[in-house]
Amino acid sequence: MSRSQEFFHGCRDILPLVLGAIPFGIIFGTLAIGAGLSSWQAMGMSALVFAGSAQFIAITLLTGGVGALVVLLTTFVVNLRHALYSAALQPFVRHLPGGWRGPLAFWLTDEAFAVVQHRYAREDDSPNKHWFFLGAALTMYLNWQLSTLVGIAFGQAVPDIASWGLDFAMIATFIGIAVPMMRTRPQVASAVVAGAVALLTWELPYKLGLIAAALAGIVVGVWLERRAEIAARTQGDA
Amino acid sequence: MNTWLLILGMLAITFLIRYSFFAWPDLRFPRLVEQGLHYVPVAVLTAIVVPGMLMPGGEWTLRWDNAYLLAGILAIVVAAFSRNLLATIAGGLLSFFLLRWAFGQLPV
Repeated sequence: MSRSQEFFHGCRDILPLVLGAIPFGIIFGTLAIGAGLSSWQAMGMSALVFAGSAQFIAITLLTGGVGALVVLLTTFVVNLRHALYSAALQPFVRHLPGGWRGPLAFWLTDEAFAVVQHRYAREDDSPNKHWFFLGAALTMYLNWQLSTLVGIAFGQAVPDIASWGLDFAMIATFIGIAVPMMRTRPQVASAVVAGAVALLTWELPYKLGLIAAALAGIVVGVWLERRAEIAARTQGDA
Repeated sequence: MNTWLLILGMLAITFLIRYSFFAWPDLRFPRLVEQGLHYVPVAVLTAIVVPGMLMPGGEWTLRWDNAYLLAGILAIVVAAFSRNLLATIAGGLLSFFLLRWAFGQLPV
């Protein structure tokens, strides 16, 4: 496919995820103003940090009067999962010059990762898959800025917007990404273990439980996959 | 502390994490690590979703009027059968708000 085709397919494929992010951005804009940030600061956080859950937690912590150091530490832990995304996509972007890898890394969100790894997993050898990445990432970015802006401009006008439970949009989105990926038994087991560990480690500070849960899920998945491989091999020998 | 400094700090931390592996194009992963990376999306997303359904607001909420849990289960069913992202989000959100409305949990 040509560059522009890849680009537009990227824009198109991420649209459902963009939909799920809209309420999240609106609530962020609303809460940021409520937490005492200026409109420019709220916009600046969305434009420069571009990490929904970390921004959300930062605002919540600031409202609770927590120090900046704790906010930064929490940002680090909450965003650590992006290092896993970075590692997972590295084999596909390593041939690109730094002028591509830098911006693509800046725009690497949960949503972009979900659609981009799907694209790279398809067997065709299109040389322009990074244009798909760019299209998906830019669409997500633009939407995040717009929905933050809507939250800043109108959020305060809607009574009690934070108690509507709009955060469920993110849960529904992540379910829509994750469940269709659970095609093999190790994948299902990995999800079950990650979910259980996330619940058990909920009390850990700075969302460290999220990392513990992800690592536990990954270890179990690989362990079962290897066990199945060994079983298949011994059966083949017999 | 200056809010702008905080934002710049968050920018630096977030970008460095996202760029971490992109920064080393010559790095090759051993097979074990490569296998592990296949489990990243499922493990991470489930670790976010499950507490979100069972502990909305940070408290255990194993109750019949927990709309996060009920609509979440429905979304899982829709996702498993349709494998369609848009249907999952739309069905999940619609049932979520209907349930919240029925339980009198909406501020209207």
